[in-house]
This record gives sequence, structure tokens and C-alpha cells, in this order.
Amino acid sequence: MSLTHYLVLAAILFAIGATTVLLRRNAIIVFMGVELMLNSTNLLLVTFSRIHGNLSGQVLAFFVMVVAAAEVVVGLAIIVTIFRTRRSASVDDVNLLKS
Amino acid sequence: MSTLFTALPAAAGALTDAGQTSTAEAVLFWTLGPLMVLAALGLLLARKAVHAALAVIFIMISLAFMYVAQGAEFLGVVQVVVYTGAVMMLFLFVLMLVGVDRSDSLVETIRGQRWVGVLAGLGLGVVLAGVVGRATYGPPVGLVDANAPSNPEAVAYLIFGRHVLAMEVVGALLVTAALGALVLTHRGRLTAKVGQRERAERRLRDGGHPVSLPAPGVYARHNAMDVPALLPDGSPLDSSVPRVLRVRGQEADAREYAARIDRVLAGGWAVGAGTFTSDDEYRGGPGGAVAGGVVMRDPAAGPDAPVDGTDAPTHDEEDGR
Amino acid sequence: MHTLISLTSPAVLPTVVEDVTAPVSWAGGQYAVWLVALPLLSAAVLLLLGRRADRWGHWLGVLASAGSFVVGLGLLLGLLGLPAGQRVHDVHLGTWLDAGALSIDAGLRVDPLSLTFVLLVTFVGTLIHVYSVAYMEHDAARRRFFAYLNLFVAAMLLLVLADSYVLLFVGWEGVGLASYLLIGFWNHRTPYAVAAKKAFVANRVGDVGLLVAMGLLFATFGSLDFATVEAGAASGTVSQGTMTAIGLALLLAACGKSAQFPLQSWLGDAMAGPTPVSALIHAATMVTAGVYLIIRSGAVFTAAPTAQLVVAIVGAVTLLFGAVVGCAKDDIKKALAASTMSQIGYMVLAAGLGPIGYAFAIFHLVTHGFFKAGMFLGAGSVMHGMDDQVDMRRFGGLGRYMKITYFTFMAGWLAILGVPPFAGFFSKDKIIEAAFVPVDGQPWRAWVFGCVALVGAGLTAFYMSRLFFMTFEGQKRWSTTKDGAEQHPHESPALMTWPMIVLAAGSVGLGLVLSRVGFVEWLEPSVGHAEHEEPVLAIPLIIGLTLLAVVLGLVLAWRRYAVTTVPVTPPLGTALTRAARVDLHQDAVNDALLVAPGQYLTRSLVYGDKAVVDGAVTGLGRATVGVGDLVRRVQNGYARSYAAVMVVGVVVLAFVVLAARG
Repeated sequence: MSLTHYLVLAAILFAIGATTVLLRRNAIIVFMGVELMLNSTNLLLVTFSRIHGNLSGQVLAFFVMVVAAAEVVVGLAIIVTIFRTRRSASVDDVNLLKS
Repeated sequence: MSTLFTALPAAAGALTDAGQTSTAEAVLFWTLGPLMVLAALGLLLARKAVHAALAVIFIMISLAFMYVAQGAEFLGVVQVVVYTGAVMMLFLFVLMLVGVDRSDSLVETIRGQRWVGVLAGLGLGVVLAGVVGRATYGPPVGLVDANAPSNPEAVAYLIFGRHVLAMEVVGALLVTAALGALVLTHRGRLTAKVGQRERAERRLRDGGHPVSLPAPGVYARHNAMDVPALLPDGSPLDSSVPRVLRVRGQEADAREYAARIDRVLAGGWAVGAGTFTSDDEYRGGPGGAVAGGVVMRDPAAGPDAPVDGTDAPTHDEEDGR
Repeated sequence: MHTLISLTSPAVLPTVVEDVTAPVSWAGGQYAVWLVALPLLSAAVLLLLGRRADRWGHWLGVLASAGSFVVGLGLLLGLLGLPAGQRVHDVHLGTWLDAGALSIDAGLRVDPLSLTFVLLVTFVGTLIHVYSVAYMEHDAARRRFFAYLNLFVAAMLLLVLADSYVLLFVGWEGVGLASYLLIGFWNHRTPYAVAAKKAFVANRVGDVGLLVAMGLLFATFGSLDFATVEAGAASGTVSQGTMTAIGLALLLAACGKSAQFPLQSWLGDAMAGPTPVSALIHAATMVTAGVYLIIRSGAVFTAAPTAQLVVAIVGAVTLLFGAVVGCAKDDIKKALAASTMSQIGYMVLAAGLGPIGYAFAIFHLVTHGFFKAGMFLGAGSVMHGMDDQVDMRRFGGLGRYMKITYFTFMAGWLAILGVPPFAGFFSKDKIIEAAFVPVDGQPWRAWVFGCVALVGAGLTAFYMSRLFFMTFEGQKRWSTTKDGAEQHPHESPALMTWPMIVLAAGSVGLGLVLSRVGFVEWLEPSVGHAEHEEPVLAIPLIIGLTLLAVVLGLVLAWRRYAVTTVPVTPPLGTALTRAARVDLHQDAVNDALLVAPGQYLTRSLVYGDKAVVDGAVTGLGRATVGVGDLVRRVQNGYARSYAAVMVVGVVVLAFVVLAARG
């Protein structure tokens, strides 16, 4: 089996994650879509690390994880705050960007 | 932990000369890969957020397997610990906070968004897959050399060697994120804190009693809940009867009992030598209508009750208000 | 102010007067500024102080006008102290406009011509100010009235004192503005406001002529001050066609301001203003500004005989036109207005005769200013006593009730008729004589203009006598007013009668005095010297014929309006009478020839503007709004939409990059 399969799998997961972000309204699920995209990227990095025989990809994936953890903390805090004030976790309710 | 590593093939992620994976790894991939795609679709299509979260947890654990299979043992462990252990648990907590049994409508509200989203996702998948599928690189090197002596050690050298500054910065980022979450979820106090002292002061300001009210029945003939306590001058204190009874009109007429007091004080009470006969007398008396309210007491407990209310049951002072 | 006044420039003395030998500096010229400044300051004070000046404002107005008169009198004495050749002075006030080739100095010209006007304007003006104190006593806005009057006096003085066409134009527009404000003084009545607007618009038509003339003058001579223009016109280097064009443009300006044919229609309506205004502005002073302009531009007209002939023709036509209209009007003020038109026609005719007529035009202008103002004030006095009734058919026999008005009016009447000892005789007969003088050896012109002037004299006698008899003689026809109440004609207060008496004295004796003291010679430094020429008829014969025409007109009027009973409602009359009542259909002609096509043009322009220009502009706006509406849909505020756009952008970008790499 060629290593390219890992890459294609990562691409498919990434696309599904992006579609989740576009189609789901529940902010938590949208957020999970984002996490899925990050994870697929990590898979990509790990696979490329293996292809090139260089651990830098793994280190990068490690940092992505740490940053993702930080992002999740803040993101979920924002979701909780919004839910507390609006009693809703739908991203469509937060459409105040429209003037 | 080290036993786990030793249980795995000695050189995880080893490649054949042609740059192909081992058969075992291929089996792992073809088992997990389709399942992961299905789980991802589950995330996309699940009506309940909890199901979606479970699907994501499945994907993340599968990814941990794949990391280990690809010679990234350290990342595999971190994936389990950080993602499934911390991040996804956090997700579940928030889900519980928001409402775990809430199921989302999948009806699209933004016109055209569904088609745009599906097309964009498909296009993204096709383009990305096309790119990585057509990308050319030399024969895969494998991590056997890079992982010497072991993967965590080699990674540690990189992280704390070349990338130490990034490591420190990321640590600062984590602290900042934690603080940020604290600030975001913090609810400011809108009114001043009300403590015991404030409560007491407010009560006095409103004209209440500084101490607790006398319990019902004190100095009265009866110490039932519906009998007002008597003041030293013999007049009844209505507020000693619980408010609920007063509102319902089940309060006993204190004057009756006040009149009896006179009789008691005059010495006319010791007819039955401590037995409680006058109660029945009274029940047949002219105040029969009122007596209906007195029946609340368990008749069996009546004779045993103390005659005067010096040690009457103290009811919660708050109830009397 | 001090530096401006002290900058007396002796370097630019005009060369039109041949016998000026050397530039002479004359300190008296400095004071000319105060002529304009006094009434202007007073107007500003009255307008700015508002109601705080209500109690004493009118007296300030009188004082300012009288102060100007005193200054003018001082200047007159100063000029008289100089030899005749040194009586033209340009007072430099400083540089006004400096734009490239156009550099205009503000300056005043003090010479016999301007000083004559100054004295006329301030003297008559002061009298009318005094008269107005009483006449406007019951008007709540009397202070504003005096502010406007002062504004008018200042603008008129600036007009006649300016040493260049540009500064003259400032005064020209100033009097136009004051005239507009005063005609429409009672603008809460729509017809009066319309009359004010009509006067303003008609004046604007004339102003276009003045602007065109200024443009041509600047293009031709490179300067707009009188000295340069006079020198250039006299040099003979400019083509005949250019000078004719300039002359005709100036004539158009004069026609607008002086209510000459064909721009005369506004004057009758201008009687909507208070009577003192009619007396001062629309009889004595402002309407003569056109005559002033023609005479001031004498050098131009001398160099353009064709334009000069047109001037004379316009004057002759207006003379007859006004006289005919005056014969049919029953409104006393409108009849006087028609008479004014006709008399100014005399002046323009004289001005069109060349230097021989200039002095007589000014002479007649001065005497006319006195007797016409006197008669207007008399008319005002009559209206004052008759509850603002203006219909002469409702008058009659008023002479017994208003003795002073009767006699002062009679003085003016005899003066305008040209009865020998009165003022008009000395001025008008001179014009008739001058009209009979052949110009350039063309006898037909002498005969035509002479006969017109002669017929005009007869008509004048008829309509003025008609006015006088209908008002003061015959049966009283005013037993009832419009609303049926009894009327009690009474004499006006002293503040009104004294100015009339003074003006009547001028009507009686001014002609004689001025002709004795050499008024014509006094004007020569300004208007040039004219050799005496023999008219085609003997002078005594002309005088005799004129008197005959006057007597004929008078007798006719006596028989029709004093002896026989005048009907209270106007009879149908002949076609000519009916036409004359409506100003010989001038308004209808104007409407048909100018107003209707103009309105049609403006309407089509407005339509074109709306359809094409506005269409383009609003179309652009609508297109923008439409595009914005479309684009706005994208900006729906949903984060998911924005994310979708982003993902689509990523896909497209990746696709483009891949496609580019093959």
C-alpha cells in the first residue's frame, strides 16, 4: 500500500470537515468540523514526516495540537457565553455582522 | 507505557524497499480508513450533537492508531490524551451545558447555502485529493533512522532543541487561553453581595422583629400551630401563627384561649388532675365552628402534649412572616 | 477709509474735454466718498439694529440723505471755485479687482454731470424722505422703508459718481435691488410682489445689455474706466461695427432701467410701491439712470451714428407710446407713470440727437425730477386724503378741499405742459428745438423727430390736463367709496405739504433760474460743447407751434373732463383707447413674443434636464443602488455564508493554480 492513501484520506476528512462547517448550524458541531479539519492536517503532516524521514512534521503536528487545544478552550468559552445571553447555540442567530 | 511500545512491531512504520507499507499496516488502514470516513459523514449528518461528538471521538482514536502505525508513537499518545481525553471531553461538557438532548433541525435556512456548501466541499475534496494524489516526491524514506533511538526521544530532542522557543511561546499561549476562557465565562456581580449583616439590617429597617417571634401557642391553652401565642398581658399575638394558616383562615380564635387562661390562672384548670379534659368540653361548646380548625392535630398526640407552652415546638421563624 | 480718500490720483484726467490743460489735484474730491457712505451707513444701521431703531430710524434716514445733500452742496461750491476746464476730477479709492489683464480701480468721478445728479438725487430724495415720515407713519415697517430708501440713495449716488462702468454697474444693480425691494414693500399682496418681480426681471434684461457692453468695451479698450473709454472712442481707431454694437448694448441697458420701448412694461406696474417710492425712484431719479448712461457714454455714441439714431428712434417711439397710454389711464399713478415714460422718451430723444441734445436732456431731467416728483407727491397726498383711492373717475372737485395740494399740483402741471414761465418750458422746448436741427445734413430726421416731439407736446398737454381736471376740477364723484362709506377729503399734514411746496417752487422757477445761471455751459466740461445750429424751422415758429399744440390739448381736455360730466365707470371708448388702457397690448405682446416661448423653452429644458441629465444621474444612482441590492444579498450577516464564500474562493484559487501549472 502506498503512503499516498493516507494523504487522500486526509484530504477527504478535511473536505468533510469543511462541509460540516458550512452546513451545520449548531456552533458546537461547527467547531467539531474545525477540529476534524485540524486533525486531518495532522495526519497529513505525520504522513509527510514519514515520507521525508524527517521528524519536523511530527513536531509541527504536535504544536498544532497544542494550539488547537488552546483554541478549543477559548472557542467553547465564547459559545458558552453566547448561549448564556441568547439561549441558543445556532451560528445563524449571531448575524449581527449585518449592520 | 514502554510495554505498549514493545508490544508493537520493533520498527513501527518500517517500509519495504519499494516504499510500500507492511501488509499489517495496510490491513489497519483499510479497516480504519472507511470507518473514519463514515464517522466523518456521521459528524456531518447527525441530528444530535452528542452523536456527532462520539463520531469525532472515534475518528480521533483511529487517528491515534494511524499515528502509531506510521511511526509517530509519541503523537499517537498525545492524540489520545489531548484530543480524546481533554478536548472532546470539554466538548461533551459544553454539550451538557447547552442541552444534551437537543436535536438540531437539518432544514437549511439560508437560501442556496446547502448547494453551495455541498459543491464547495466536493470541490475541495476533489481538488485536494487531486493535488496529493498527483504530487510527486521521491521514494518514501521511512522513519527508522529518524526515530532512533526511539520516537519520543527523537521528538523531544527536536522540541526542546531547535523548537524550544516555540515550545515556550505555546506554553504562554495555553496560559493565555485559560485566562481568556476564565474572563469570557466570568459573570460580573450586578448587585452588592447580601450577607447576614445586610439581611439583619434590612429586616430592622423594614420594621421587623430583631429576634425571632414567639412560637404559636406560647402561654396559650393549646400549643397547636394554629393557636396564637399570648403576650404577657393576655392578648394574642397573631403573627406567631404561621402565615399559611392565617391566609387560609385556619387560625384559631385566640380570645377563646385567652378566656381560658383566666380560668386557668384562677385555679379552675386542675379538674382532671393533669388530664386534658377541657379540650373535649370546648369542642362541644359554642365555638364549634372554630374547633373544626383545631382538629388538625393528631388526636393521639393531644393528651401527651404539655399543658403550657414553655417548651413549645419552635417553628422556623421565617415561616411566621 | 483715510488712506483710500487720500489717494487722489491726478494722473488719469479724461481727455474728452479739449481745454483741460493740465491735471489738477483738488482736495475737495475726497469728500465725495461721504456722499455714498452716509446713506449706506444709515441703511446698514437701520437694517442691523432692527426694531431698536423703530422710534428714531426714519429721522436717521432723513439726516443721512440731508447730509449727503450738504456734502454735495459743498462739492458744488468747490467746483464752482475752479475754472471751467478743471472741473472734472477722478477720485481714486484703491484697487478693487486685480485679476490678470483685468485690473479695476474703484474710483469716483466728480464733475458737473455727476454733481448735477448728486444734487438732484439728494435734494429731491431728502424732500421725499421728509414726506415719507408722514406718509408712512401708520406703517409698521417704516424703519425698513427708510433703510431701503437710504440704500437706494446710496446706490444711485454710486451709480452717478462711479468713474468706471464696473463701479457704475454696482450702483446700477443696487438701485435695481432697492427698486425691487420698494415696489414689493407691501409684498404680502400678491399683485405687488408680482409687480416687483416684473420690474426686476425687466431690469435684468437691460442689465444683460450693460454686461455685454462692458465685455465689448473691455475687449476693445482693455479697460472699463470712463477716461480710457472716452479717449479710445474719440481716437477713431475702433471699427464702426464694434462701436455700434457697444452703443446698442448700452441702449438696451438704458431701455431696461429707464422703461423705454420695448422694455417699458414694468414701470406701470411699479406703481404698486408706496407713492414716495414712485416719486423718487420711478419718476425723478432711478428711471433717468438710462439717460445718464447714454450721456456718460456720449463718446461711444458719437463714434457710432447708427446706434445714436436708434437711441433717438427709441426715444421718439417711447415718447408717443407713453403719451398715448397716458391719455387712457384712469389710475392717477399709472397715468403719471405713463407720463414719466413719455418725458424720459423726450430725454432719450435728446440724448440721441448727439452733443447738441445732451445738455438739454440733463436740463429736462432735472426740471422733470422736480415737477414730476411734486406731482407724484401730490397724487400721494390725494390718495392720503381719499383712503388710498387711485381711480380718477372717483375724484373730481378736490381742489376745494386740498388747497395746498391743488396749487402745488397745478405748478407741476403747468411745468410739464411747458407753459412759458414754468420750468418745463425752458427744458422741453429746447429739446423740441434741438429735434428740429438736422443731423449730418439729413433734413428728414429733423422733420420726423421734430414733429414727433411737437405731437408729443400736444398729447402731454391733453393727458396731463385730463389728469388735473379729473382730479381737482369738475363735479365731485367721490360721494361713496368702494365699500360705501362716506369720504372726507382733507389736506395732508405739514410734513407732507412742505416738500410739495418746495418742489412746486422748483417747478415754477427752476427752469428760469438754471437757464439764467448758465446750466448748459456748466455741464459742458462733462458733455462737451455743441455749436449752435439752426433748426429747419425758425425758433419763434417752433415755440409758437408748441404752444399752439399745448393749448389745443388743454382746451380739448377742459371741454371733455372739466365742463362735461365724467362718467364714473369708464365708457367703452375707441379701439385705441381700449388698447391704451392695457398699455397698447404691450404685456400681451411680451407674453406672446417672449414669455410664452421662454416658458416653453424653459419647460422643454426642464424636461430635457429631467429626462437626460437627471436621468443619467439618477440612473447612475439607481444602477448603484441596484448593484448594491444585489451585492447586499451576499452580506447577509451569516458567518456560514461568509465561510462558504471563503471555501469557494479557496477551491477556485487552487483550481486556477493547478490549471496554470498544467
